[in-house]
Amino acid sequence: MSIDIKTARKVAHLARIEVAEEALPPLADALSNILAFMEQLNEVDIEGVEPMSSVTPMALKKRADEVTDGGYQAEILANAPDTREGFFAVPKVVE
Amino acid sequence: MTDLSRLTIADARDALRKGDFTAAELTEQYLGAIEAAEVLNAFSTNTPEIARAQAAAADMRIAKGDAPDMCGIPLGIKDLFCTKGVQTQAASHILDGFKPEYESTITGQLFDAGAVMLGKLNMDEFAMGSSNETSFYGPVTSPWRRKNEEAKLTPGGSSGGSASAVSADLCLGATGTDTGGSIRQPAAFTGIVGVKPTYGRCSRWGVVAFASSLDQAGPMVKTVRDSAIMLEAMAGHDAKDSTSADLAVPNFEAALTGDIRGKKIGIPKEYRLDGMPDEIETLWHEGAEKLRDAGAEIVDISLPHTKYALPAYYVIAPAEASSNLSRYDGVKYGHRAKLNAGDGITQMYERTRAEGFGDEVQRRVMIGAYVLSAGFYDAYYIRAQKVRTLIKQDFEKVFAEGIDQILTPATPSAAFGLGEMADADPIKMYLNDVFTVTVNLAGLPGVSVPAGLDASGLPLGLQLIGQPWNEADMLNTAYALEQASGFAAKPARWW
Repeated sequence: MSIDIKTARKVAHLARIEVAEEALPPLADALSNILAFMEQLNEVDIEGVEPMSSVTPMALKKRADEVTDGGYQAEILANAPDTREGFFAVPKVVE
Repeated sequence: MTDLSRLTIADARDALRKGDFTAAELTEQYLGAIEAAEVLNAFSTNTPEIARAQAAAADMRIAKGDAPDMCGIPLGIKDLFCTKGVQTQAASHILDGFKPEYESTITGQLFDAGAVMLGKLNMDEFAMGSSNETSFYGPVTSPWRRKNEEAKLTPGGSSGGSASAVSADLCLGATGTDTGGSIRQPAAFTGIVGVKPTYGRCSRWGVVAFASSLDQAGPMVKTVRDSAIMLEAMAGHDAKDSTSADLAVPNFEAALTGDIRGKKIGIPKEYRLDGMPDEIETLWHEGAEKLRDAGAEIVDISLPHTKYALPAYYVIAPAEASSNLSRYDGVKYGHRAKLNAGDGITQMYERTRAEGFGDEVQRRVMIGAYVLSAGFYDAYYIRAQKVRTLIKQDFEKVFAEGIDQILTPATPSAAFGLGEMADADPIKMYLNDVFTVTVNLAGLPGVSVPAGLDASGLPLGLQLIGQPWNEADMLNTAYALEQASGFAAKPARWW
């Protein structure tokens, strides 16, 4: 499976990474090469095999559904590039 | 006067308790060594004030007789670990100036045990790389050089700063993280010991995530004994990481008897690659002979799906990375791109990430987005997860047949030159992980042990793969291999 320029543009947008038009052809080539390497997986007989969903056969721990932590507004905002009145600030989202 | 620069953690622990020197003296020695080794670019941030305060506190504990093993031991911390109030960037431009408001569980445990942080260590950006050349801080140089050459060599990656710092005696030990080989490959390239524990042995909380089902932190140190001491301090259950195992942490050091009589060591035929240098083949063969001489039984085994580990890894790791790295969007922390009039939030995301991520990180995030996208999810991602099941079953089968550990080369070559792979296909760089990546996919523990030098005088390592949760027995076999190999080479100081 090879990636064309249109697909490269779509993938860049899915990844939310700005890519200039002139950078799309080399990107498409690079992605195609990596995908070609992955094609080896098609040689494997995976009939009846379960996909691995957990590394160790261990049930995840549960805990009581209660608030145990919080109240860190200042700490959470401390590293933000832009904040206003206790919120993260971003460019206008809705007209 | 003891040469403080050549100590091991075990030596320093014993000498601190005897009062041969203080943690403060030890810390000053290492702060000086770091300053004199700036050309290596191993440290990205120095924290001398923190180090001195921690050393003073350690000396008080030692004086009171309340000193855990790691008390007063100067360490370097990989930049992937969140350290409260100290710059933590995962060597990426996108986390410019990020100072966590919290401490990772592992660094918290180390500091509670009295360890001293000298600074943060350089690495590949977001731990994606095998040569430390993807770092926003610039590449790390290995203290090792080829005989009669001055060419700068890579310390490996992604924990390249950790490897360079330990091998150049800039700290007694360092934290590393290993997603596909990022502890074991740099350890092998620099003649040190690196342990990737069983998945779930060490908490991932506060460690910047790359691929959550593969990432695991571990120690990078000079000897197997030091790895046992430091791993014990790093390991343990953490309620804040739901994948961390609620199992007792053994006394790993007590397991180092060196007695491996009757142990069954598997030699997997699939790890014999076409075009592998003879030196690696010889090193591997000699390593097996040494274990046999120590009383182990050497058994030929087969891990038939080995060949598919790298392609499966390069589907799964980028998929998880694309999801984990979606949090870097210019809103909560780090870099935000300057916007033009009329730009909206999508432009902010896309430009911030284009400016903030380096080429390799962008490539992997996009590959991840592709293999997870509608129409390709089953063909790539689910298929890779099925192959991952088969790889894990290969190991389960040989362990069920009585194999205690598996011996393999750690890397397919010795360290290469910085810039040497600049024009190579990314896949060629990925091949560095060919012997280590299976261990991450199967969630197993692995250790790289220095075993010899190649013809140009560079270190080569062997890897032992253990049964899940049996790091203790794996480290004991590594200890026997270390004793038999007698590796004592150090890089000649040129910096």
